[in-house]
This record gives sequence, C-alpha cells and structure tokens, in this order.
Amino acid sequence: MAIEAQSVTKRFGDFTAVDGVSISVPTGSLTALLGPSGSGKSTLLRVISGLEQPDLGRVVIEGSDVTGLPPQRRGIGFVFQHYAAFKHMSVHKNVAFGLEIRRRPRSEIEARVEELLELVQLSGLAKRYPAQLSGGQRQRMALARALAVEPTVLLLDEPFGALDARVRKELRAWLRRLHDEVHVTTMFVTHDQEEAMEIADQIVLMNQGRVEQTGSARDLYERPANKFVMSFIGPVSHFGEELVRPHDIDVRREPNGSAERATVERVVHLGFEVRADLALDDGREVWVQMTRDEAADLDLQQGSKVFIAKQ
Amino acid sequence: MTRLRRYLLRVVGLSYLGVLLVAPVGLVFYRAFENGFGQAWDAVTTPAAKHALLVTIIIAAIAVPANTIFGIVCAIAIVRHRFPGKNLVNVIVDLPLALSPVIVGLAFLLLFGTGGWLDGLPFDVVFALPGMVLATMFVSLPFVVREVVPVLREIGTEQEQAAATLGAGGWQTFRRVTFPAIRWAVAYGVVLTTARALGEFGAISVVSGRLIGKTESLTLHVEERYQSFDYAGAYAASVLLAMLAIATLVAMTVSRPKDEVR
Amino acid sequence: MWHAAGGGLDDFREAITDPQAIAALKLTLVASAGVAFINAVMGTIVAWILVRDRFPGQSVINALVDLPFALPTIVAGLTLLALYGPTSRVGVNVAFSRWAVLVSLLFVTLPFVIRTVQPVLLELDREMEEAAASLGAGSFQIFRRIVFPNLLPAILSGVALAFARAIGEFGALVLITGNLPFRTEVASVYIFGRIESGDPRSAAAVSVVLLVITFLALFLIGALRRRVTRHDATA
Repeated sequence: MAIEAQSVTKRFGDFTAVDGVSISVPTGSLTALLGPSGSGKSTLLRVISGLEQPDLGRVVIEGSDVTGLPPQRRGIGFVFQHYAAFKHMSVHKNVAFGLEIRRRPRSEIEARVEELLELVQLSGLAKRYPAQLSGGQRQRMALARALAVEPTVLLLDEPFGALDARVRKELRAWLRRLHDEVHVTTMFVTHDQEEAMEIADQIVLMNQGRVEQTGSARDLYERPANKFVMSFIGPVSHFGEELVRPHDIDVRREPNGSAERATVERVVHLGFEVRADLALDDGREVWVQMTRDEAADLDLQQGSKVFIAKQ
Repeated sequence: MTRLRRYLLRVVGLSYLGVLLVAPVGLVFYRAFENGFGQAWDAVTTPAAKHALLVTIIIAAIAVPANTIFGIVCAIAIVRHRFPGKNLVNVIVDLPLALSPVIVGLAFLLLFGTGGWLDGLPFDVVFALPGMVLATMFVSLPFVVREVVPVLREIGTEQEQAAATLGAGGWQTFRRVTFPAIRWAVAYGVVLTTARALGEFGAISVVSGRLIGKTESLTLHVEERYQSFDYAGAYAASVLLAMLAIATLVAMTVSRPKDEVR
Repeated sequence: MWHAAGGGLDDFREAITDPQAIAALKLTLVASAGVAFINAVMGTIVAWILVRDRFPGQSVINALVDLPFALPTIVAGLTLLALYGPTSRVGVNVAFSRWAVLVSLLFVTLPFVIRTVQPVLLELDREMEEAAASLGAGSFQIFRRIVFPNLLPAILSGVALAFARAIGEFGALVLITGNLPFRTEVASVYIFGRIESGDPRSAAAVSVVLLVITFLALFLIGALRRRVTRHDATA
C-alpha cells in the first residue's frame, strides 16, 4: 500500500470536514477521490500531503508514519487547481526548483528538466514565463515540476478544474497515459464523475466527510452501496419509490403482467441514444433511455401509450 | 514559520514602531498638559494663536474643495478622455509629491514676487494670504486625483454607457452613476488633502514671510512659539494640530478603500 | 514654474559650488539613501507582521502607521525633539546631531514602504508557498526564492516614495537638527536660509540641483522596478 489514511478526522471550528476516514491506495495505482463540494475530499488530500494537520488519525506513506512530518519531508508531489506557478520564474526554473533546493549538480538538473519538459510536451517553452502560457500548458508545467523530484506519491487537487471543457478532456486522457508511462502512485481529487470513471483504477466516493464506497468504476456503477452512490455515479430515474437506471426500464407496446401504463410526453433524439419522458396514469413522471433502434421498433412518439416495468 | 521566528519578527517590528511612532506622540500630549489643562488652554487662546488657527482654517477651507473639484475633473479627463498633453498632466499631478516644500515655496516666491513672471497682480500674493493658499493648493493637489483614477479605471465605462442608452445626459450620468461609484475614493482623497493642507509648513513658511498675527498659520505658530522659548505654547498648539491629525487618521481608516488593508 | 533660476551661468556655478551647499546636499543624499534602505527592511517586516500575524491591537497599530501622513511635519519634529532631545525622559539625546536627521526622516517616511507592500502581501498566492513546501523548500528558502522576489517591485515603489519625501523634508528637521551648517544642515534648510538672506538666486540654483538628483534617483528606481517585473508581460 502506497498510501494509507487511518481514521483521519479534521475539523475547522465547528465544521467537521473529514470524519474518521480510512482509505488505502495501492502502489502504482491511479485513484480518484470523488465527491460533491464540501464532501471533504480536498481536505483529505491536503491532510495526506501534510499541508493540513489532522485532529485525529494517522497518515502512512509506503509503510512509514508521516503524520507528524511537514510536506517538505514526505516525498510527495502536489499539483494545485490554480497551478501555483512561480510567476516570477521561467518554465525551466519552475521545473528545476525542487532539484535546486536539493542542491543537485547543474548538469543533472539540466538533463532532468529537459527530459521532463519533453515528457509533458513543453520542450520549446522552457524560457517562457507562466503568464505567457495557456492554462493547460501551465498545468503540464506544474506536473513536470512535481515529478522532477521523483516523489513517492503524486497528489493532484482538482487539477483540471480551472480549464475549459475541451482542454479538460484532453488533459485527463493525457494524465492517464502519463501515469501508464511513469507508474507513480497517483491520487487526484475531482467532483466530475465522468472524469473519475474514465481514468481511475480505483474510485473513493466521499460525501459529507465520510467514504460512501470504494471500488472500480464498474463496481460503483453496477453495485452501488446506497442511494447516494447510485445517483452520483450514472444516470438515475425515479420509478415509484425506487431509483432505477433509465436504461433498465423495459418499455413495450403491449401490457405484460405487472407493467404499468404510461403516456409519452416528450421524445429526445441524442444521436445514438433516445430519451423519453413518460407520465404514468397517476401523474408521476419517469424518464427512460434506450437505443435508437429500440425506439424505432417501438415507434415512440409524443402521445403514444406504452407499458413499462423494471427489468 | 516557527514560533520563535514569529515572536522575533513581532518584537522587532513592534519596537521599531513603538520607538518611532507611539512614544513621541504620547509625549506631546503629556508635555502639553503637564502643567494642567488650564495653562494649555491659555496658551492656545492667545490672540496670535487664535489668528493662526483662523488662517489655517481659511486656507484649508479654500484649498480642499478646490482640489476636490479639480481632482475629480482631472481624474475623469485622465481616465476617460484622450487629449494632447495628457502625459504632461500626469506628471504635473504627481509633481507635488516629489518636490520639497521649500522649493515649492521658492517657486511661488519667484513667480509672484518682484520681478517674477506673474508679478503685478492687483493684490498681494506673496507675504500674504493668497500666496499661502496657492502654495497649499499646489502641495495638496495630487491626493484626490490619485485615489479616484484607479477606481474610475476599474469600474469601466459600462455603467455610464448603460445610463446613456437610458437617456441620461452628461451631468445626470455623473451625479447618479459616476459619482456614487467613486464617492469613497473621493472621501479618502479629501481626508488626505485636508491633512496635507492643515499640516503644510515648508512651503508656506517661505511664501508667507511669517508675519505674526497676519500671515501665520497654526503650523508656523508652533515654530514661532518654540523659537521664542514659549514651549508650553508650542506644545499646546501642537496638541491641537495632533488632535486634528488623529481625527484625520480616524477618518482615513474609516474611509479607506476596501481593497487595501483590512 | 521654477524657471526663475535665471541669472547667469556663472552665478549658478558659484552658487552650487559653495562648500556649505555641497555639505548640505551630501548630508541630504546620504541620509535619504540610508533612510530609504532602512525603510525597505523595516517596512517589509512591519508589513509582514500586520498581514501574516495576529496579535491584540493589530488594527489600531495598522491605523497608527498612517500617522506620519496625517501629522504636520513641524509637530512631528517637535514630538521627536521632546522624546529624544535635551529634555528627554528616556535619557536619549540626539538633538543637534546627525542622528536627529536620521530619526526625523525615519518618522516621516515610515508609512511608505509598509503601505506599498501590504496589498501585495495580501494578494500573494499562498499556494505558491505551499507548492514550494511540497517540493522540499524550507521556510527561509520559501521567503528568499518565492515571497521576496514577488514583493520586490512593491518595496522599490515604496523606496522611491520614501526617498523623494526624505530628500525634500523640511518641517520635521528644522527644530531637532539645529540646522548647524556643515554638520546637520540639510539641503532644504540651506535653500531656506538662502531665501531668508535675500539670495533667491542661489536658492534656486541649489534647488535645481536637488531636483535633478531627485528625478535621476526616481528614474533609476523606476527602471529597476520595470526590470524586476518583466515576467508579468503576457506574450
């Protein structure tokens, strides 16, 4: 286990941000700390990094208890949402910073910086200043800077939160590829479930200071531990008292046993997918999802009468 | 930052301030009232002192409003309009801050005195009240402008443009849109201007000729009393000025623009 | 406006090579430069404890920093004379000495660096310091490599203001220094003396020299400041 948090609690005044949380992160994995705002995920990450001290609990990195150590001595790399670029230094000096602090020989520093800039595809921009880079470039620089000192674990706090949608998608895929190449244990915080599901080996889903579920994206989607997990990960539709996946609702033209009758209020064609808003006879609303072909077979139109049941 | 380092910095910083700032001012109050409130009051109500106070107030009453209006107009011109010589105006506005007051006084003396370029006006300028007013106006020139300019820049023209589309004329736009937006900057600038006008010494020392009972301001009065070995009088007048200063300080703290220190 | 320095080049040269004038100018320059430097250091320290620290009475002290702005210079001179002069209760007497010049100028220039540094310190991105910590930098290294370079432009601005103010200061110096020629007479007092003696020409001449020095210094500091902030330019 590369990282272990053991019963970590962190309070800010009356507010308990992290409440007795224990997690383990396997060495070499890419783990996502996922959750809505205020769930405590950033706080947990900062406790692990040493930028915050926990009120209770321990933090263990590669088998050593680091709870009392400042961030300088934990062997971590940290990447911030707003890059925290050293704006008065060039890209080269930014990346070289950690190595200069450790007084590595100049030749070694030069070689490593060049290597890293190539890894993050910023080779030609070494002499530029952060103010002259785009957001995506600044974040790649921040990553190179963090990796320069060969950290045991790499921690990222909403690394793509400040970037626009397209750059965010590009960079997230790029992060995954980078991880596959470099194999450093990585943990990142995000509120975007799509992001977590797309690139993480393991997802830790948090809510109000506690862990709701830990597992792979598939685990969380197909076997959610509770209602919160189910509605946070993946689409849900309210069918009666229950939460159901909208594509798990069976829609037919003829009655079938306990199926209920409903009227189609609206059909939306989203390319391959079709969504339909239905109203049951008693007025309750349900939405369903199906493939284009299924919708065609049923000849779904506004006003059609159908029969629906849970699968 | 370790606790020791924090305490060290605190001690160093605070003792520097204590020695240089707090102690001296406390002492003036002590000295003035050392022999009782009555004596201090007497010292401050001599005819010379009262006249000096009057002079100071008159000067401020003219200089401050004039500079306020000029400051607002100038700030608007600098930020919102382009005109030839704009850079020169910028330099002139900042000039009083770099010039020694004695040099300012000298300039006025040479300009309006015998043989100067503006000699020959129907009334006395130098060695008389108008000269003192002019000199004070010059040294307290920059403050309103410098406070208003950044605020004007920051709020941008959108609100004023919106007002125009809604039918507001120039003066209406100013009164209802522009001025409310800059009002705190103006207030702070006015406070700084007033402080400077009340406290001016060097420039009016040169321009006034220091004729007791005629062209002596309160600040000049302090010096005159001191040179006459009337220390009680000097301290008493100083206390009066110091209290005005503290009132100014309070006004400064209250009206300070939000984006500066807490 | 001040072009009435007219009156023959010879007169000009004679006026400015007067040994008393030169002594006054030298004293003014050295004292102002010294004061500017002390302010750079102490001003930053005070700004630091006002922004990053927490102690009782902090907001009162913060307001008090503006006192030299609000207090008339002659009153400032008097108060310093009272505390650190011949009738001092504290037993410290620097009146009529060069130290008097230093102390008075320090009082008068106190707020400048503090007020230019404070807003920058407030706005400083704490995450840069956290990033440096995560990369292994200790407290002092963080200050030296991250905080200080970002404060330097503001410090220089404050130094420029303090220097310009110190060079021209008159009211605060007139009482406590005794204005002894060649010893504690500063340029502004010398100029004043020339005016009082009915010699405005010399006064104007020396004034011109003082102005030239002031502008030169401000220009240099401004250039230095621009050089230090070149990283702010966006491509």
